[in-house]
Formats: sequence, structure tokens, C-alpha cells
Amino acid sequence: MNITVRVWRQKNADDKGRMVTYGVENVSEHMSFLEMLDVLNEQLTLSGDDPIAFDHDCREGICGMCGVVINGIAHGPEVTTTCQLHMRSFEDGAVIDVEPWRAGAFPVVKDLVVDRSSFDRIIQAGGYISAPTGSAPDAHAVPVPKDDADHAFDAATCIGCGACVAACPNGSGMLFTAAKITHLGLLPQGQPERESRVIGMVEQHDHEGFGGCTNIGECTSACPKGIPLDTIAQLNRDLLGALAHGKA
Amino acid sequence: MPTNVSEQFHAVGEDIHDTKAPSGPIERRWDERKFSTKLVNPANRRKLSVIVVGTGLAGASAAATLGEAGYQVKSFCYQDSPRRAHSIAAQGGINAAKNYRNDGDSIYRLFYDTVKGGDFRARESNVYRLAQVSVNIIDQCVAQGVPFAREYGGLLDNRSFGGVQVSRTFYARGQTGQQLLIGAYQALERQIAAGTVEMNTRHEMLELIMIDGKARGIIVRDMVSGEIETHTADAVVLATGGYGNVFFLSTNAMGCNVTATWRAHRKGAFFANPCYTQIHPTCIPVSGDYQSKLTLMSESLRNDGRIWVPKKAGDDRAPSDIPEDERDYYLERIYPAFGNLVPRDIASRAAKYQCDAGKGVGPGGLGVYLDFADAIARLGRHEVEAKYGNLFDMYAQITGENPYEQPMRIYPAVHYTMGGLWVDYDLQSNLEGLFVAGEANFSEHGANRLGASALMQGLADGYFVLPYTIANYLADGPYEKIDDSHPEVVAARTAVEERIEKFLSINGTRTVDSFHKELGQIMWDYCGMERTEEGLIKAISMIRDLKADFWANVKVTGVNEELNQTLERAGRVADFFELGELMCIDALNRRESCGGHFRAESQTEDGEALRHDDEFAYVSAWEFGDEQPTLRKEPLEYEYVEMKSRSYK
Repeated sequence: MNITVRVWRQKNADDKGRMVTYGVENVSEHMSFLEMLDVLNEQLTLSGDDPIAFDHDCREGICGMCGVVINGIAHGPEVTTTCQLHMRSFEDGAVIDVEPWRAGAFPVVKDLVVDRSSFDRIIQAGGYISAPTGSAPDAHAVPVPKDDADHAFDAATCIGCGACVAACPNGSGMLFTAAKITHLGLLPQGQPERESRVIGMVEQHDHEGFGGCTNIGECTSACPKGIPLDTIAQLNRDLLGALAHGKA
Repeated sequence: MPTNVSEQFHAVGEDIHDTKAPSGPIERRWDERKFSTKLVNPANRRKLSVIVVGTGLAGASAAATLGEAGYQVKSFCYQDSPRRAHSIAAQGGINAAKNYRNDGDSIYRLFYDTVKGGDFRARESNVYRLAQVSVNIIDQCVAQGVPFAREYGGLLDNRSFGGVQVSRTFYARGQTGQQLLIGAYQALERQIAAGTVEMNTRHEMLELIMIDGKARGIIVRDMVSGEIETHTADAVVLATGGYGNVFFLSTNAMGCNVTATWRAHRKGAFFANPCYTQIHPTCIPVSGDYQSKLTLMSESLRNDGRIWVPKKAGDDRAPSDIPEDERDYYLERIYPAFGNLVPRDIASRAAKYQCDAGKGVGPGGLGVYLDFADAIARLGRHEVEAKYGNLFDMYAQITGENPYEQPMRIYPAVHYTMGGLWVDYDLQSNLEGLFVAGEANFSEHGANRLGASALMQGLADGYFVLPYTIANYLADGPYEKIDDSHPEVVAARTAVEERIEKFLSINGTRTVDSFHKELGQIMWDYCGMERTEEGLIKAISMIRDLKADFWANVKVTGVNEELNQTLERAGRVADFFELGELMCIDALNRRESCGGHFRAESQTEDGEALRHDDEFAYVSAWEFGDEQPTLRKEPLEYEYVEMKSRSYK
């Protein structure tokens, strides 16, 4: 198939940026979306143009490094990561718009590459269980009910790609934050720091310039791992509890 | 076969020995080593600094643990966050000798299985220690909140994995690596917040700084600004993963590369057993020449899936049209004891033979069926979905085919590299102050790695081994402060800058990827699942020609002072050429078949791998030379596990 892509090109953080149109011919339906960009980049390189910068690494949907907005949808038309999207999801002759994540807390670095270090700083603000190496009791010392373990796991599958933020009209990082609160808060090991964790992470989230959550739910529908919206309800409950205990 | 055919390509130096492992009863050795190491007073630790390159399981766990201990740690990764490192993609599980199943497992049995699985090419002392600390790893990860699979009673679940007959594998659905890495990542972020670890993301190590025989720092490139930076410390840890991307197509992440370890090798660190490559049997086959990477599906699929090909070569009927008696379930036929659960190297080579005989299925005939029809009939679709749902979804996503209705097609792909920088029992390379952890070192897996052992080794190194052994080295520090104007620092920086300038000035006619793909094809054809003397000699000459062409004709666009992904790849591919040549020389020297290295000239009458313990029971440690490498042998001795040929029949 032959397609046209309109790609956001921006030389660096200071550049204004613009959409640029390219044709790509003989695209196989079995190609992944990123392989289509590889083919385009080979063309651009040979003609002496600057290839399109985009983030990617594992290309199997787990590292969370890739992610672009395709035709206005974070990660494109299928609910998956960009690397797992294949060209069979598009028609011959399609015109496809490709843009970086758009959010105040994710400044563009170049072309389709954004800076998501704000996510790491949210984790630094409490997204962990303090368990220094060597201090652990036997793994079977504390049984965890299977339901709790399974729900914690569901929240823990977040890959930190940032699609939730890109999809949210408010540019909120609440689903990402709530996934970690829920993962650790459901486990017995996570209880001692449960209140300080939610206070610290939410404060950092706001400090980074993410928007507030108004329960729109675009985040969940764009999430390639299906992190449920009720994790945010869990976060709010934990936050209210912590505030009521005067932890802020 | 002449005995010295490889020696036209290399010199032979004196034997080497690991001087750090204590002798005495094997179960006491690690305790004794820990007791004999020097300790560092907590108040002095903050005066001592360590650089850790890489943030996978080994790097993140080492950096976090050293930070907790109070050292000043600088951590580096090429990704935008330490959480992206490719350990995250490991699916199946992590072994530990907990014996929670009461099925006869023990530290000794895990040790035994790993030595045997490694085809008697790993050190006994190291493997025993690995089995010992495996139990601590599970405790540590659970304490961090890693959500391992549990049973209804709330205790941890286990499953069995290829090559063993006990259930000792802990898992978190098909995402065990992700959950373990996030655990280590969170511990690392906690130390970053505490100020003990300084994190440098989007930084790539391009050179090692050696001063007075000691590793004292690294030169890195800031991948956003292009700035070349110098970082010095009292010790350097490389936890930079494996080199499977020398084949271009592999299950590794796109960015995985050999540059950090190769640069250290060029500065004198021995590179051990580079030819030991693990080819994983259950990957999704190649679909076209645009293919950028291969996707592995956990070999846990082999617990219930049955592997087969049509009995007749060239049979292009749909799988559902091929009747039962015209199918060859070849693993079950040849290896009745282990059937579809034979170790990875055996399963991969068997698939290759079927395809070479014209019985392969799918595009290009490079695939075999992995069929779940019997499992679905026996267990019901629901249970198969509960066990393997995410893997089936992934397969459907990539191929557009429904594996519940038609068999999967699978083919082997490069997955893991057992070789790496040579280290002693302390995980220190032959260069003082340079420590190597995880897949980047060579030590515990011998010639073949068993499933669910990579995660175990990465975390063992980072959480429980390095923090002790590196303290012993640091106890003699802090070492003399290094200034950026030191001649060795200036020389290392200049070398990096000149190399970058060279890439940008060639302005040829071929892309970096086109060279990388061509190199990968040479490696796959001649240094892949089966190697021959003739093929390896041919490959060495082809690689040399291609390398010369690369340095004359590659086209790297843009400038250094920007995010330049083409420039990044050019540097990595340039190092892959040199590594690829060394892999072929190593494979040529090793005129035996063992583990992931199969020499066609060395097989039994029925086509099984034939080891030559009398001649090759040694580690091949290669010393870099401008003209040619020098082979240094470390003899391997087995006091506990009797060397015998592996049999899975």
C-alpha cells in the first residue's frame, strides 16, 4: 500500500515546529508502525534530509519508551503501544498525522521525542516501598490474599509511556500516579508508607505542571495496559484519608 | 581437522586463573570470601564514588544497594528513564531454590542443574553462589512489593521451566522481568531522592578512562545536547547487557549494544567466550526485509504447546488440512524423555534442521508449528487463556492470525549472549576497579543459559554480590583525585570526539542500518545455530570487507550538537563489526560443540552436540590487540558435578 504521513518536525526545544508531509510507498500491512517510520527514515537519510527522531526501544510493547499521537489518538487506532500497531490497521492511500505527546509536563525534545522525566520524579516522591537490600523477611512470612495480589498486579502493569497524559484534555498524570498508589497500597508491605506516599506523589504531580483530574476517562481508554479508572478513585480515597490524619 | 587453523587469526598467551574464589567446601566459599573482604566504615563511604553504567536488573539493583550503603553513586542509561532497560521484556520467570513445592529442590540441585545446563563451561564456585543467593532475591523482591503470582492461600505460586524437572520458577504472569525491574527501579529512584545516586538518563558511555592501571571513569555523550562529558570515580561498574544485536535481528531492544564493554575490551579488559550465543526457539518468524526486531514468546508455551512440521517436504496445505499421521512431532519423537521441554539450544537446532530439510512452514519456509489444539481440548479454552492469554494476544497483534484457531508459527531467534567481559569471583574484570555485572559479564551460564536464570543472575550480581566485593576494592580508596586535564582523560575525550567527527565527515552512500543488516546476515548464516570451519573463515573475511566499506561509505546526517539517532547507531554498529569478527575467531578456535555453540564438525552419529572436554574445558578470554587478539585460557575444573554429556532423550 501507499500512504501519506504528515509528521511533526521540530529541531529542538526552542524551535517552533511544523507539520511536514511525506509519501511512503510499498508499505506492507505486516509492518509495524515504527518499521514504516524506519523505511521513511532510510529514504530521508539517503536524500540527505534529517531523519525523524522518535523514541522506541524494546518494540514489544513493554518498555514504554515509544508513543506518538496518530490521527489525534495516543498510540493510534488500536489500544496498544505504537510499536505494536501494524499497518494493517490503515487503508491504502491513507493520510496519517503523527505528532508527539502534547502536554505541558512533557516538553518536546525533538520531532516526536518528549521529555517524560517528570514521571520519574513522581516516583521519587514516594512511589516505592522502603526495603533496603538484605532487610527482607522470608517471602512467605506474610501471605497476600490472591485477590489483592491480582489487583495490585493489574495496577502494576503500567509501563509509564505517558499515553494517559497525552489523551487527557487536562494533561493530567493522575492515572499514572494512581496506578502506583494502587499497586503498592493494596499490598501489606506497602501499608507503613501508604499515607506519606499518596501525599508526596500527588504534590509532586501538581508541582510538575500536570493538570487536575476531572474524571473524563480518556486516560483509561488510551492506556495500552488497560489500567482501570477506579485506581484514581483509590488514590482519592487514600488522599482524603491521609489529609484527614493531618499528614499533609 | 588441523589443530591450529584458528591461529592464523590470533596469538595464544599464558593461561589465566580466578584468584578470588576460596577453596574448601563449596557451600562455605561465599561466606569465607565475604568474611575475608575488607569493610568500609559507614562514615567513610560517602567519600567513595562508584559509576554504574546501565539500569537493568543488575545495574539498577547495584546502584540502589550501593546508594543505600552510603557510597556516592553516579548511574547512567541511554534511555529516557532507568525503567526502560531491556530486563523489562523478560517474560517467563525467575528461579530460586526455595523448595516451596516440596518437590526435592535444593540449593545443590539448582547449582547442579545450572552447571549441567551450561554444558560444563561455567565455574562451579560462581554457580553455587548464584544458587545460594537465589533465595534472598525472592525475599527482597517481595519486600519491595513485586506482585508475584500467588495461590488462593496467599502464598507464592511456582512453575517449571525448560531443562529442569522441579517447579522452582517464580513469575508475575508473562511480565516477570517488568515487575522485577520496576522493583529495582523504585529502589533506585528512592536513592536518587535521598541524594545518594545521581541519575544521568539519555547518556551513552563511549570510552573507559584507565589511569595507572585502574579504571577511574568514563566518557559519555549527552544524547540530547551532544556534549561530551567526563565522569570520574573510584570504581566503575558496567551492567550494560548483552550483544545479541550484532545479528541485527534479535529479541533485544533496538538500542542494546556492545559499545560500553567493547570500549573496555579495547582498553585491556578480556572478552570471554564471545561465541556463546543463545538462540531462543519460540520467537515469531520474520515477515519481511523491513523487519526491525524479533519478538520472543515465553518458552512456558512449550509446557502445553506441541511442536510439529509436515512429514512431507514442501507440503503447503493449511495446517488444519494436514492429518495427524502426516505430522511429525519431531521433539517428542527424538527426545521422548523431555519432549517439547528440551533445553533451548536443542529445540532451536532441531527447528533449523526441519526447515533446512524443506519442511518449514509459513513465508520463506522459516517456521514450525506450535500447536495448542490438544491443550485446548484437554484444559478448555478458558484455562489456556488464563495461562497464556497475553502471549496469544501478542501473537495475534503481530501476525494478524488467531492462535486459538490455528497453530502458531515459531522460529528461533538470537536472544541472549552468555559471553561477555571476563570477571573473577568478585565480578572484577582483569582491569582493577572495573566490575561487570549481569548479562555483560560471562560467568554463570557457561555455554548455555537455562530459562529463568538471567533475571536470577542479574539481581544476584546487583543486590547480593557486587555490594560486598566492590567494598573490598573501595576499602583501599579513595584513590587520587582525577582532574579533567589529566593526559589520559584528555586522550579518551579526544578519541571520542575524533570518532564522532569521522562518522559525520564520511558522507557516503549507504545508511547505517543497511550495513548493520548485512553484518547481521553474515553472523546469522555463519556464526548462528551451526558453525563450520569453512563458514567461519569466510565470515571473517566478509566482515573485514564490510567494515572497510562502512568506514568509507556510511552516511551519517546531521551534527553532533543535537539529538542525532543516526550518529548513535553508527557508533554502535562500528563496534559490532569488531565484535563480530572476534565472535567468529572464538567460534573457529572452539572445535567442539557445546551449549549455544554447535560446530558441525563435532557431532555424534545421531547429530547431537559432541563436547571435547580433554581439549576445550576452558574459558576463552580474549585480549585485544591492534593486529590480532590473544587467546588466554582459564582452565575449568569440576570437583562436585561430574562432567558428562547432556542427554535429554
